[in-house]
Amino acid sequence: MADTIQVGIVSAEKEIFSGHAAMVFAPAKLGEVGIAPGHSPFITPLGPGEVRVKHGDGHEEAFYVSGGILEVQPGMVTVLSDTAVRAEDLDEAAVLKAKEDAERQFHDHEARVDYAIAQAQLAETVAQLQTIQRLRRRAGRG
Amino acid sequence: MAGAKEIRTKIASVKSTQKITKAMEMVAASKMRKTQDRMRAARPYAAMMRHVIAHVGHANPEYPHPFLVPREIKRVGLIVVSTDRGLCGGLNANLFREVIRRLKDFDQQGKEVHLGLYGAKASGFFSRTGGRVLGQAIHLGDSPKLMDLIGVWKVMAEAFMAGSIDAIAVASNRFVNSMTQKPAIEQLVPIDPEKDKALSHHWDYIYEPDAREVLDQLLNRYVESLLYQLVVENIACEMAARMVAMKSASDNAGKLIGELQLIYNKARQAAITQELAEIVGGAAAV
Repeated sequence: MADTIQVGIVSAEKEIFSGHAAMVFAPAKLGEVGIAPGHSPFITPLGPGEVRVKHGDGHEEAFYVSGGILEVQPGMVTVLSDTAVRAEDLDEAAVLKAKEDAERQFHDHEARVDYAIAQAQLAETVAQLQTIQRLRRRAGRG
Repeated sequence: MAGAKEIRTKIASVKSTQKITKAMEMVAASKMRKTQDRMRAARPYAAMMRHVIAHVGHANPEYPHPFLVPREIKRVGLIVVSTDRGLCGGLNANLFREVIRRLKDFDQQGKEVHLGLYGAKASGFFSRTGGRVLGQAIHLGDSPKLMDLIGVWKVMAEAFMAGSIDAIAVASNRFVNSMTQKPAIEQLVPIDPEKDKALSHHWDYIYEPDAREVLDQLLNRYVESLLYQLVVENIACEMAARMVAMKSASDNAGKLIGELQLIYNKARQAAITQELAEIVGGAAAV
């Protein structure tokens, strides 16, 4: 137990790696850190770089992360990796795009929800669905 | 024999429709499996994060992050997750009905609502009904990346941090099984502080550089991952609903073809009988 450490590398979109290792190296914001089995609980943001997992036989596996968070508990290392390159300006661009998209379509747009229209819209869809169901029932009998 | 040709054409057209719905059903079925896998793949990340956040929040009560502090709610942000395409039964209609019910409640309580929209269906719906839309993202495709979702979320989060909205909730479909999807509205921020008494251990993390920065990053990523998961789940719902809708459409087409075939046979038989009668009649007259 003391000579290996459980490693999990996950991103919001998928699990990247899971297994045991002798040592893990990660690109922490303040410089690369190496985590050996029995390390004290530790948490830090990661910068872009390689997370290297060193197996018991000395063989190394590397995973590129663009950023994320490293969490260490005794006997367990978790890398919560970002899936996309996160930079303030990129995020800013995404925000602008979402806003512009909305503004283009909802320009001169009533700010209050018109419940009468909403009800009418919903009623129309529901009526369509009911018609389909009725047709189906009738076909089933016939 | 006048109606026979028309009936034949009709049968051919229903058959080609059936081919299309059949193909759509199979495509939806295979996509559903893939999206379900993606839904499952996103879970370990959120679970891990929840654990860490609960711990950090517990260990550092002196730094109250805005995401963790409940406020008096005067204005609400609501993110509506819909599909981009139709032909998926009542999926979007059920969700919108739930959303409209909630909006009405907020309206009666005098709370202002700001919307953030994912998917072309929500965008179309709210452009007809009205509503204050802060941001929208459409045409996300079947396998959206986290990056595609960040825009709308950040617009809402900025409004939240600036105090112009006091809570953000997400309305989306939840995947119960491939036959059942349920619309649900879930609060995103402020995060419900997890009442986990098991966390009162005596250990604490070593923070680098400090707890504040770690918590900041952690909470943002956490909420983004939750949102991502809900969007992926909604896509799984879309595929399941489409599969079921297209299956019943194919079944109906099959029944319709059967009926038309029967009518066609009758018409043909009638024509033959009539022709025979005419020949016999003609022969008798000679």
